[in-house]
Amino acid sequence: MNANTTTTSGIGGSVRRREDSRFLQGRGRYTDDINIAGQAYAVFVRSPHAHARINGIDTAAATAAEGVVAVFTAEHTKDIGGVPTGWQVHSKDGEPMAEPKHPVLAEGMARHVGDPVAMVIAATRRQARDAAELVAVDYDPQPAVVDMKAALAADSTKVHADLPGNLCYDWELGDKAAVDEAFAGAAHVTKLDLVNNRLIPNAVEPRCAIGDFDSVSGEHTLYTTSQNPHVIRLLMGAFVLSIPEHKLRVVAPDVGGGFGSKIFHYAEEALVTWAAAQVKKPVKWTAERSESFMSDAHGRDHVTHAELALDADGKFLALRCSTLANMGAYLSTFAPCIPTYLHGTLLAGQYVTPAIYCEVKAVFTNTVPVDAYRGAGRPEATFILERIVDQAAAETGVDPAELRRRNLIKPEQFPYQTPVALQYDTGNYEATLDQALKAADYAGFESRRKQSAAAGKLRGVGLSCYIEACGIAPSNVVGSLGARAGLYEAATIRVNPTGSVVVLTGSHAHGQGHETTFAQVVSDMLGIDYDAVEIVHGDTAKVPFGMGTYGSRSIAVGGAAIAKAVDKIIAKGKKIAAHLLEAGEGDIVFENGAFKVAGTDREKSFGDIALTAYVPHQYPLESLEPGLEETAFYDPANFTYPAGTYVCEVEVDPDTGRVTVASFHASDDFGNLINPMIVEGQVHGGLAQGIGQALLENCVYDADGQLLSGSYMDYCMPRADDLPSFQVDTTVTACTHNPLGVKGCGEAGAIGAPPALINAVVNALNGGGHPIAHLDMPATPQKVWAAMQSN
Amino acid sequence: MYDFNYHRPASATDAAAARKAAADGVYLAGGMTLLPTLKQRLARNSDVVDLAAAGLAGIGRDGGTITIGAMSTHDSVATSSEVQSAIPALAALAGGIGDPQVRNRGTIGGSIANADPAADYPAAVLGLNATVHTDRRDIKAGDFFTGMFETALDDGELITKVTFPVPAAAAYAKFANLASRYAIVGVMAAKTGDGIRVAVTGAAGNAFRATAMEQALAGDFSAAALDGISVDADYNSDIHASAEYRRHLVGVMAKRAVGEIA
Repeated sequence: MNANTTTTSGIGGSVRRREDSRFLQGRGRYTDDINIAGQAYAVFVRSPHAHARINGIDTAAATAAEGVVAVFTAEHTKDIGGVPTGWQVHSKDGEPMAEPKHPVLAEGMARHVGDPVAMVIAATRRQARDAAELVAVDYDPQPAVVDMKAALAADSTKVHADLPGNLCYDWELGDKAAVDEAFAGAAHVTKLDLVNNRLIPNAVEPRCAIGDFDSVSGEHTLYTTSQNPHVIRLLMGAFVLSIPEHKLRVVAPDVGGGFGSKIFHYAEEALVTWAAAQVKKPVKWTAERSESFMSDAHGRDHVTHAELALDADGKFLALRCSTLANMGAYLSTFAPCIPTYLHGTLLAGQYVTPAIYCEVKAVFTNTVPVDAYRGAGRPEATFILERIVDQAAAETGVDPAELRRRNLIKPEQFPYQTPVALQYDTGNYEATLDQALKAADYAGFESRRKQSAAAGKLRGVGLSCYIEACGIAPSNVVGSLGARAGLYEAATIRVNPTGSVVVLTGSHAHGQGHETTFAQVVSDMLGIDYDAVEIVHGDTAKVPFGMGTYGSRSIAVGGAAIAKAVDKIIAKGKKIAAHLLEAGEGDIVFENGAFKVAGTDREKSFGDIALTAYVPHQYPLESLEPGLEETAFYDPANFTYPAGTYVCEVEVDPDTGRVTVASFHASDDFGNLINPMIVEGQVHGGLAQGIGQALLENCVYDADGQLLSGSYMDYCMPRADDLPSFQVDTTVTACTHNPLGVKGCGEAGAIGAPPALINAVVNALNGGGHPIAHLDMPATPQKVWAAMQSN
Repeated sequence: MYDFNYHRPASATDAAAARKAAADGVYLAGGMTLLPTLKQRLARNSDVVDLAAAGLAGIGRDGGTITIGAMSTHDSVATSSEVQSAIPALAALAGGIGDPQVRNRGTIGGSIANADPAADYPAAVLGLNATVHTDRRDIKAGDFFTGMFETALDDGELITKVTFPVPAAAAYAKFANLASRYAIVGVMAAKTGDGIRVAVTGAAGNAFRATAMEQALAGDFSAAALDGISVDADYNSDIHASAEYRRHLVGVMAKRAVGEIA
């Protein structure tokens, strides 16, 4: 790499995001901004019941209504494949998970509030809505099951008729015998029961999909709000609609936030694509916000019992966890892997814990499907670990920072093999711990606690030392664990004749700033002007291939693919330069945007080489193809492992139970930073979501499966005045196995923040004379007040 | 939203006439509740009578009375120098409703006619002993709120203004729902010409006076006088606050309001 870090637009420069001018001026082009001549509009009739047999659907009145093009029900779609699952988990006994069909429209049974039952297509959206009200569905409501423990009971209502006990899988990881032995010899055992609350993603942009069919070419096009258009093309084309890739184009233009909820393939996407060919018109659907609440995949929803064994010196001996994970009514695309391979594998955290055992039962309930949401499994693991470590500190009378420090993996122990499959390549956890404690003035907490007490407030401090695993990989390993896709990334570098560069990336940006970050990488490596680099993503007709953006993989995997493709450009450029400069290829070096004969002043600029490649008059045509365009696929050797320490202080109003965040300090190690400002922004966003989960957000169903938190009146999103002014800094241990030395930063805040918050609240209550071991999220005023009343 | 006939009358008289002529008409004030309800197709009215041009906005002081036109926005009340100087608690209450968008559209008349149990204004109307003036009569505050989303207004009756006698002192303390920012509990405490008044919103089906607190404060107007007083009411209970928690918060917010004055 030609690390030209002195220029502000190169690697390490806090370049302002080039995409923001269009986003902030309302000039982005989102899916709903796309309108195709002659398009019709789809509206979905959704089940108002959590569980109901569908005895019949009378569509006559709707079909006859003004403007109606077509009304489709399961009768029409029964030959379409079900929505597929991208990961197969096996149970302890070796049996594959239960994988009940997820029909695109409910087939005889609706299984959650919001389950689509019929699709109405009309000339206008309004006509479609009017007609949707005329679809008469004869529901026979059935008892619903919402609670996971109840669902597992033998006599429970069955979400799927052929699945007694509603068990999807019963999975395990780790050496149970070794863990049992360690517990038997432990000086102290800490036990904790925890709930990781269900969240509703709430991207600002609701989902939207437009299907278009060209009857001349036979090509289908889907415009959709997706984080990974190639994956949608693969899943929908191969498993749902049987459309080969060369006849299916998927476009995901500007996307207004995803947080995981737009990774998955949804029935509505398949239905508009299919229907467009049926009705010979483009078909557009845009979710309303209330529809989003009941149809976007939810996140988290774990119930866990955890136990930590310590020796007399406070060294961790073993950890065991037993978790129930809610799958909802159907398996969403990556749902099975979230509580398993993205959760159990993270339970070592930053610590040397010799033995760990984790078992997870995944359970079907009459609720919206649950899948990856910012952090996806890692926040759940971190919450368990960082809460039980804090409780162990409280029980043994050791300062929480000190107990953590005693157990940290030391820098000289890397690469470090955990007992839960992962091998961490690098890190310096004590460095982030020290930096965070110093910056947050942890030592001075007591004086601030007294100040708060004088003002009638209970102040608490909480720590969280999180580990994250980004860029899930490598493909052969995840394949052996059940993934039904590879997890590499692709990139093409297209050098134009006059020297500007187009980068076609399989990563997808939906707020992350890739157009800026990736351009910094390429301009830095090629020594060309930042403004001469254009980033293209989100269209399967433009980008050769891609696995998309999730799991904080874009820079570590997508960026690495770009770097590999740039290396190929430079290698070819050297061949061209050698010919022009009449030198041996081995004598050519590439520095500061020029190909030089080493040790001489003879050189050709990057622009000269580009022009020569496309106007090959003086060119080794007998041995080298003209043109300058290279593609690379990068399959990482390992995950990357960002880590950090968060220190949070809260104040609790003892009269009302209201928690306010007094301060929040984050010290993160993300490896090398491409754009520190963007990284900081990603941390801020992650922290906001983590604080949202810890204090405000909660998806609530009643016992009948009705969604009680179905609007912003009841589902509390974090707002600016709920948040403190964050203090953020970084340390650096470069990733050892990717070309940029980068790790990934998108999810860290959402992973590390929740336990820091709850630790601080618990600390505040304990310090205020209310001894409690744990408080489940969100720590709402009512919940905190109730905890104070009973303790 | 279903189709409806839209009217924009130029006076209260014309508004009442348009409403009366309609099969199933509804007045539109700020629309902060009505418009989402119509958009979600939860209501289907034949006619919407928009009061925006009916001349019902405006704030004035006449001696010991503040008069607020029914179509005055929350923001106009919050920023009115006359309200701020005469009844600062009322200005503060209006300034704490919703968010800037709501405060620039929502109106006092719309709020009290809707009588949302968690709205702020009912605490002010009741706690400050206001009078609600309609196109047909004057309604005392104590007679106005009759239940959850229920008022003394007859069908088609139009609020024209609300008059507030200027109190000797008043304060409003609100514990907001963190999601909606409506009041989980809001308490207006006031020393009025009619005696001490303590009015509670958010806690029950409609705003009510905490008479036990009023009696205690009549003898000793201090937060300490409220110690141990638990106000009986038919408390609401929802996912945000149990009845027990609301009962507790009535005490906390009443003390805070009184503490601000005393």
